[in-house]
Amino acid sequence: MGSLNNLTEHLETYVDVSRSPTHHAESLKAIAASLEKGVLSLNQLVVEMDMYLTTTDDVVRARGILLLAEILNHLKSKPLDNAVVHSLIAFFTSKLVIWRSLRGALTGCLALIKRKGVAGVVTATDAEAVAKSMAQNVQVQSFALHDRKLCFELWECLVEQYPEAMINLGNLIVFATCEAIDGEKDPPCLMVAFHVVELLARLFPSPSGPVASEASDLFEFISCYFPLHYTHTKGDEASIPREDLSRGLSLAISSTPFFEPYAIPLLLEKLSSSLPVAKVDSLKCLKDCAVKYGVNRMKKHYEGLWSALKDALYSSPGRDLSFGLEFLTSPGFEMDEIHREAADLLQRLVKQDISFLGLVVDDIRVNMVFDTISRYSRYEEMPDTSKLEVLVVSQILSVSARASVDSCNIIFQTFFFRLMNTLGIVEETSTGDLVHKENSTVSTRLYHGGLHLCIELLTASKDLIPSSKESSSTPGSAQQSWSSIVNRFSVSLIGAFTSALQSSNDDCSADAYLGVKGLLAMGMFRGGSSPISRSEFEKILTTLTSIITAKSAKTVKWELALKALVCTGSFIDQYHESEKALSYMGIVVENLVSLVRSSQCSLPYPLILEATSEVCSTRPKYVEKMVEGFEEAFCSSFSDFYVNGNFKSIENCSHLLECVTNKLLPRVTEIDGLEKSLVHFAISMWNQIESSVVFSYDFNGREFVEAAMKTMGQIVGVALVDSQNSIIQKAYNVISSSTLPAMESIPLTFAALEGLQRDLSTRDELTLSLFASVIIGASPKASIPDVKPLIKLLMVSLLKGYIPAAQALGSMVNKLGTGSGGTCSLEEACDIIFYESFASGNDISSDDSSKSKCGSETLLSKICLGFYGSLDLQTRAITGLAWIGKGLLMRGDGRVNEIALVLMECLKSTSGSGNALHPSAMKHAADAFLILMSDSGECLNRKFHAVIRPLYKQRFFSITVPILESLIVNSQTPLSRTMLHVALAHIVSNVPVTVILDNTKKLLPVILEGLSVLSVDAVDKETLFSLLLVLSGTLTDIKGKQSVSDNAHRIIECLVKLTSYPHLMVVRETAIQCLATLLELPHGRIYPFRREVLQAVTKALDDPKRRVREEAIKCRQAW
Amino acid sequence: MVSGLINENPTVYERKERRVRTDSTNTDEFSVEPIDQLEIFDHIRDIRDPEHPYSLEQLKVLTEDSVEVDDGKSYVRVTFTPTVEHCSMATIIGLSVRVKLMRSLPPRYKIDIRVAPGSHATEAALNKQLNDKERVAAALENPNLVEMVDECLSPSFDDA
Repeated sequence: MGSLNNLTEHLETYVDVSRSPTHHAESLKAIAASLEKGVLSLNQLVVEMDMYLTTTDDVVRARGILLLAEILNHLKSKPLDNAVVHSLIAFFTSKLVIWRSLRGALTGCLALIKRKGVAGVVTATDAEAVAKSMAQNVQVQSFALHDRKLCFELWECLVEQYPEAMINLGNLIVFATCEAIDGEKDPPCLMVAFHVVELLARLFPSPSGPVASEASDLFEFISCYFPLHYTHTKGDEASIPREDLSRGLSLAISSTPFFEPYAIPLLLEKLSSSLPVAKVDSLKCLKDCAVKYGVNRMKKHYEGLWSALKDALYSSPGRDLSFGLEFLTSPGFEMDEIHREAADLLQRLVKQDISFLGLVVDDIRVNMVFDTISRYSRYEEMPDTSKLEVLVVSQILSVSARASVDSCNIIFQTFFFRLMNTLGIVEETSTGDLVHKENSTVSTRLYHGGLHLCIELLTASKDLIPSSKESSSTPGSAQQSWSSIVNRFSVSLIGAFTSALQSSNDDCSADAYLGVKGLLAMGMFRGGSSPISRSEFEKILTTLTSIITAKSAKTVKWELALKALVCTGSFIDQYHESEKALSYMGIVVENLVSLVRSSQCSLPYPLILEATSEVCSTRPKYVEKMVEGFEEAFCSSFSDFYVNGNFKSIENCSHLLECVTNKLLPRVTEIDGLEKSLVHFAISMWNQIESSVVFSYDFNGREFVEAAMKTMGQIVGVALVDSQNSIIQKAYNVISSSTLPAMESIPLTFAALEGLQRDLSTRDELTLSLFASVIIGASPKASIPDVKPLIKLLMVSLLKGYIPAAQALGSMVNKLGTGSGGTCSLEEACDIIFYESFASGNDISSDDSSKSKCGSETLLSKICLGFYGSLDLQTRAITGLAWIGKGLLMRGDGRVNEIALVLMECLKSTSGSGNALHPSAMKHAADAFLILMSDSGECLNRKFHAVIRPLYKQRFFSITVPILESLIVNSQTPLSRTMLHVALAHIVSNVPVTVILDNTKKLLPVILEGLSVLSVDAVDKETLFSLLLVLSGTLTDIKGKQSVSDNAHRIIECLVKLTSYPHLMVVRETAIQCLATLLELPHGRIYPFRREVLQAVTKALDDPKRRVREEAIKCRQAW
Repeated sequence: MVSGLINENPTVYERKERRVRTDSTNTDEFSVEPIDQLEIFDHIRDIRDPEHPYSLEQLKVLTEDSVEVDDGKSYVRVTFTPTVEHCSMATIIGLSVRVKLMRSLPPRYKIDIRVAPGSHATEAALNKQLNDKERVAAALENPNLVEMVDECLSPSFDDA
């Protein structure tokens, strides 16, 4: 009973018009849910609702009917008894008559009729009754939008689901539809209405059917919407986009051939209108009609269509052939939508009926073009009208040729001879016969227009070659007559294009462009049935390659030729043309690679490299070949350098390595087998170094060393672990056989170390740097032999100032111990680094430095603190320590804390034992924190397989910041204070913003102090800026709001000072922006500073930089 | 006051494409970018007409060429052309331009606002009024006038 009570309540709610729509929806949902669950049966509901359905109160009754309808709408998938459905539909149908309850009746009918596939569907007779009642009683256009839409949907459903029943109704339904559509203006309704028309047309296909007899009326009602134009463009976003509706209309118009006598004239008329939208729509619609109406009906309109099409093609203005690189593979000029649609339609018509082509072929304008062509030899000389003429005609012809093989044959037969004649390839003899002059390229007349037309035709025909599978099934020789024509002229054509290409000089791109494009078109015929023989194809390739190799500078021609070659290469790869691939390999790839190898040609080396890498990257096989070539080239130039001292070669080497790094390495994952060849390349680099025992010539080849390091590191980075191992082994062999290992046995007194200052030869430096980059790039799983001596070696070189060595050490400690079978654990490594390496040296030097035994501090840290050695040694040790610390920090090792402590010790004005530190050492120590916290591109990142523990920055932050803060408070000298602030700024600006936001309260005062301290010296401007960014981050966040508000006076004071910071524009800009954001604070809090801020900003209005001024204006306005 | 609009149907012109500064590549930290014609024009082009929802640029009251500026001498002169000769809104327009420039330019600038010769019935009086320091100051004391000026200067919705 409880549920029944509830029901009454829900019913009351729904029927009560004064309740809100959400209440209505809720009660509807509740009732539907209980029906769904079976708590309530439909019968029960109807009985319960009896009063609402039959009451004389119109409003309540309408609501009641609507409720029942909506409920049925919710129960679409619930099986219902057929009898129930029958009585319900009869009920709703009867209510269609009464306009007050129409909404409910329509919804109910629709809900019932939409039921399908579940038990209880409306029978055909019932559906017929609904339709009849609709047709007779419902005046669609007198209703509101929503009801109209329901009506149309109901029609749609009826016609779609009960075609037989509707056929019985015959004329009645067509009349009703006409009447319903008449005057409709809303897109959502029209969308459905157009679909109804389409369905009806499908329903009555017979020429004696009601649609055929009413075609004129029906068409009149829908055609008045063409072309669609929305008067209200904005505001109604839920509405249907114009494109969809226009598509719907087009489908309706093209739905039945009976519309043809009315539709085509209308469309042709609209096509001649000046409205671009109307043109596009008409063209689209004509395309649909051409398909649907069939050839016979279209035939009588051909004349009209052709002239309309011509108009459309000629009228779209502003087109010009552009000789740009990017148009080499496209038609070469911009097309607007009208133009595109017109071309589409033309192609469709020709494809459908070859007789349409007769109009094209006989057209006077088309035939006139040959005169135009032969009148101007250069494209630039043509007046705009002739340009347009040539472009449009060539497009008309190419589009028609593309339509089908037959049309292509006709076009070639009709026009190609004449074209050849114009170009001078065919001569007319006195008897009127055309004679093909085989060997007379001299007389070839290079009319640009002709060449363009020729290219367009060739490109069009090229697409007609069936792929190899199809051609075997239809080996028609007759249908390929165009192909034999092309074949006949191919030699002369290639000759013509080549001479165009060769005759071109650098300032005229048209010749070169047309030549290259023509050759490209000739080279891209597919498959075995290609009209171009292999030798001709090879000739094309040779021509293009010779352009590339002959030029000594990068010109338009050079770039065009290269692009064409790359296109050809990828075309070969795409269609698996094995024969052509061989030719390509033999002519293009090998030629270029041998150029790389010899490096003796007029072309600058970087250009050769560019060409080679571009061409070769079209196919994996070529890449392999190229890497081989590169390898050889590297070896030969390198040895050329160290034997003959040829500095040019070493420069070439750097270019080559750069090319490998930039062009090849990023593509390792795409190309199979590239990794292997690159590893081979790396190993042969080592081989070269090994064999070059002594450099007979010294060089300051910083560039080369850097390029080599980069390449080596990245190759190792991408290589698999096994390959890494082999590279490492190779590198180790080279290292151990070199003079370098001697260094570890050097008596490591500090005196000796300083004596070593300039001992490293360039070769050793190169070896060492390369080795370091191998270590940097190695993955943790790779095994490194003899770690201990290596660490010692790296330590020594670190102290000699080799930063790569420091980075390598950092990488080593970062990755040690995680791999299998490491020869040395992390503990041992750290022991060596921190204590052992100088044990021997320490013994010796202990005589003169008795202080060395103090405390538990490690040896390295003592160097850092300046107990031993010179200032240089100290700064190097600090930097080295930072890199090692970074390695440890990233893997989350605890020892980094000690390192941090040492570094902070360095920042104190006086170290523990009382001797003052040199400012430069302090500077290095402060910057060490940047090394520790920032992401490095050179080492210890994901690319180089670093072990990265999550949140390591946060951890370091929480450990170091409190210590730094207390140090700042206790700092004694201004210098140390500044340095501590620099260090803190490095940490704060590199930690994720969320961390800062959590600690705003504590950090804000320190940051502000830091900002004012750092603004003193121009050296710290970058640091200052990053710190300012952190501050601006806290200003905008809600979390920091409270503490920002508390510190408002200090923040404003600080920012005002920074608005006139002279050293960096962005600082000023950001400071002003920050001031503007501060306005979000409570008014009372900031009002006292108004004058101060305005003064500062007004001053900024006169800033030398425009961007600052703009910000100042905004900010001033805001304050 | 006159009821109805003074110019009921003004001609509306296309807004000029905003020129983007191409010298963003200028990385020299200490080079000076002087205040130029375009910069001043950018300040005032979006001021709204007091009686139409169009900007002064759209009504061709202001053009880029109507701005003369000499950064070295801290002098700027804006010449504007009212849409109709007897436009009583000319004072408001001039005042708006002046206020906008006062707010946007450093105080060292002397701002001179003029009506284009021959474009207004009371040209001389207008010029005098717009460049009289005291009268401008007095006008800006008047809350009604300030409200109108602020209305013109408030950013219109389609500029965002």
